[in-house]
Amino acid sequence: MTTVDFEPGAAADRATDAILHDTLHGSERGVVVDSPPGAGKSTLVVRAALELAGAGRSLMVVAQTNAQVDDLVLRLAEKDPDLPVGRLHSSDTDPYDKALDDLPQVRTSAKAADLGGLPVVLSTAAKWAHVKVDEPWRHAIVDEAYQMRSDSLLAVAGLFERALFVGDPGQLDPFAIVGSEQWAGLSYDPSASAVSTLLAHNPDLPQHRLPVSWRLPASAAPLVSDAFYPYTPFRSGTDHGDRRLSFAVPSDGSGPDRVIDEAADSGWGLLELPARHTPRTDPEAVRAVATVVRRLLDRGGAATSERSPDPAPLTADRIAVGTAHRDQAAAIRAALTELGVPDVTVDTANRLQGREYDVTVVLHPLSGRPDATAFHLETGRLCVLASRHRHACIVVCRAGVTGLLDDYPSTEPVQLGTLTKFPDGWEANHAVLAHLTEHRVPFHP
Amino acid sequence: MSLITTLARLEAVGSGRAQPTATVRHRHLSDRPLVFVPLVTAGETGAPLGALVGTDRDRPRLLVVPQPRDRDLRFTFLADLADVVLPCIDTHAGSVEAAERTETDPETGKRVKVEAELCADAPQLIVPSRAGLDLVRLLGRSMRFRRTAEQDPDAPYPAPPRVPLLGRWLTHYGERARVPGSSLLLALTDVLSRHWATGQSGLEDQHLGALLAWIDPPEGLTGAEAARRAELERDADGQLLCPPAGPATDPAFDNKLLAPAIERYDRARTALAAAEDPLEADDRLAALTRAELAVRELVESRVRPTWDAVWRGLDLLRTLPEGAHVEERWTRDRWSFTGHRDRVLAGEPPQPRRDDAVTAANKLATREREQARLEAQEALDDPLVMAGRRLAGEAFAGEVTDAVMAYSEGRRPSPRPLVTVRTDDRPQAAERARVYRSLGGRPQSAEIVGYEGDDVLVLRILDKMGRGKEPEPGSVPEKGDRICFTLFEHEQRGGAKLPDPEETPWTHGGPPGEPAAEAPDTVTEEDVL
Repeated sequence: MTTVDFEPGAAADRATDAILHDTLHGSERGVVVDSPPGAGKSTLVVRAALELAGAGRSLMVVAQTNAQVDDLVLRLAEKDPDLPVGRLHSSDTDPYDKALDDLPQVRTSAKAADLGGLPVVLSTAAKWAHVKVDEPWRHAIVDEAYQMRSDSLLAVAGLFERALFVGDPGQLDPFAIVGSEQWAGLSYDPSASAVSTLLAHNPDLPQHRLPVSWRLPASAAPLVSDAFYPYTPFRSGTDHGDRRLSFAVPSDGSGPDRVIDEAADSGWGLLELPARHTPRTDPEAVRAVATVVRRLLDRGGAATSERSPDPAPLTADRIAVGTAHRDQAAAIRAALTELGVPDVTVDTANRLQGREYDVTVVLHPLSGRPDATAFHLETGRLCVLASRHRHACIVVCRAGVTGLLDDYPSTEPVQLGTLTKFPDGWEANHAVLAHLTEHRVPFHP
Repeated sequence: MSLITTLARLEAVGSGRAQPTATVRHRHLSDRPLVFVPLVTAGETGAPLGALVGTDRDRPRLLVVPQPRDRDLRFTFLADLADVVLPCIDTHAGSVEAAERTETDPETGKRVKVEAELCADAPQLIVPSRAGLDLVRLLGRSMRFRRTAEQDPDAPYPAPPRVPLLGRWLTHYGERARVPGSSLLLALTDVLSRHWATGQSGLEDQHLGALLAWIDPPEGLTGAEAARRAELERDADGQLLCPPAGPATDPAFDNKLLAPAIERYDRARTALAAAEDPLEADDRLAALTRAELAVRELVESRVRPTWDAVWRGLDLLRTLPEGAHVEERWTRDRWSFTGHRDRVLAGEPPQPRRDDAVTAANKLATREREQARLEAQEALDDPLVMAGRRLAGEAFAGEVTDAVMAYSEGRRPSPRPLVTVRTDDRPQAAERARVYRSLGGRPQSAEIVGYEGDDVLVLRILDKMGRGKEPEPGSVPEKGDRICFTLFEHEQRGGAKLPDPEETPWTHGGPPGEPAAEAPDTVTEEDVL
């Protein structure tokens, strides 16, 4: 692809205009927007909210977590400080970000009745489910709709007349903690995603997608697009050379330092430990991850990007570590504390969804495993882990995962009537590994 | 698999015996469970071959279908099964106690207490293995829509009376078995593997004989040896000494013994039909009876060992004392039983083939809530289960090394004592995270104030200290106390109320509308014998 006939900014604007047109003037009750990682989903939500409010339509916004709701409130307040906004919250302690209390135009309450008449009211799906109204909202925006479960949409759908559904189909699917095979194949399977139920019952709804990822660098967008969005490709908003990562302290020749340099150069790095079956909290891998983070900070990294002409220092808050399991995250946090690095975010894929960093260090979900279960193969998990970074992503993994994938083809029972997801985790994992192998640094701790 | 289960399985391999993974019994066991050991015919879905069923371990009722492809004989089997199961259900349905139930008042929308009947006990159905659960559901599905001659005089093949009713009850039991922690219908292998970890895989644990061999091996054998024997050892005729617990049978049995016996039965029946005079008919009837008896004996020889194994498994489970919260969960099962009884009495139609959107969402929500409740209650009832949660960083136990009184800020300061705990556990909780402990059966919550070094953490107790300025005696841990806090909540909040099915929103296809009568499947050649 050449960049001559594709101006990312213009393409993104065209998509946004079409979405807003369908939302404000369309005849259908719903509009669905697919957004790849970092494609400006939140910006779109904020803009649509302002336009709907401007058009005098009462608007409710449904997000999935309190952090997402608070983030949207802050963004709305930043864009339009005069717009009165309601934040409906739970009655737990500390139900919302304290920063909201400093905004005079934001009214917070645990009762929907207190927020009646405000042009925009935001809350989580869980809280909305408890709201009862006589008069439904004219419009709703459902954020992260692919991470919302069908039953949770069922609980809130009576509250609005029309809705804009926004989300990333490539991220983690919602899950249930008990078996739900009983309903597999039904259009309204309560454990499926809200969007799949919505589209099964309303196949004619207009569907849009955002074509440009502003977060992912030019080195990452093609891989993530090919591996996880093969039928709905996107590209990066920046070009090769627009972003640069450099280090003041030269490499000491060790594995972690070499993989950091490789990733700074190419956007990707694979630190490969010798093949071995290990417990989930593989001590060597955990140690390797912590060392890479420590060295990233020690070497005085600086990130140059289109955002500012001057290099920004690579500080602890611009780095994140991603894992598959919570105990792995806990082990890495402990290892980092030992190395004197307390402030780096370490979390599971589920919790890193929607977040953005300059550099991410990922413990590969299949590293050291003797088997490849559906959980570890899930496309969305790897996609989240491989698409949080603006500059570089370093993956720490035991050798032998390719063999493991070949030994364990996916064995999930086929359910009649369900949509098969493409690509499957097996294929996506192979695609990512094949690319990472080109940036491999063997490491013997 | 949790770390502690992995350890238990490793120990089982090392020691040659299954290791306990629970110190109390986490499922209710009725004094007189209704045990059901079914067998089905190979090659035809849901065609029963026979069953042992009953509440008395010494006098089970043997039901056999001498020609499983004969629909009339199949109906006879189901009618006989109804004659055993339904009286048991009727007895329990008739014995009620007064209870209270919260309901939403249709006029005010408030939650109010109403008087209700609750069955004093419910019949418990036990099948040998998980495949047995599926068969119960399948039998329920195949029976509940049948019409009897009384319901529909024009129905071409009327079902015997009470068969559709049995189908509705089996369907209810099969659905209830999907609710975590319920005990109305239990698969014995599931319950046994909940309480013991063997040195074999979870799939192998579904073999009742092998599972019992690991838990209670015969003298002089290790669990692994005994399990191998149970799985493989055959007699001189090539028949398994420990027949599979079913409902599927061993192919060697099908081919060598069962098929010839059924063939003889068929021939005797044809001969009887062709008899030309009464004397000849008498002889041939005797021959038919002998042939039928032969099939019965064969079937009994395969189900009887499983029947005995089920009771042995129940004996093993009874050696464990019942967990403290088991009674509470069984009460939910009784409510479920009573609810279905009321629906049947009210003349409601049988359960639909598929749940509508609202029912499915409600069921999923209930099951998720029950799963969380079960996990919390099992840990609170059983120190061994709690040990697993502690090992996973989801709970911690330790000794109180200091307790300092402190108060909340505000107009009316309330007690917020700070408690320092020394623990060897590694809870995976950040500062300000909520933790809970059981105080006289009620959860008391605290907040993690911070860590002091590796093994000391400071908690702020938040509630259950009474209304006064001074905490009630015993409500605050004191120096030297051994305490155990969990990161998970002990009680589950009720979910949001979903819309009524008639108000299913447009996103989910709108209201389901009147149930349209589905046309029966067209008759194919295979349907006619």
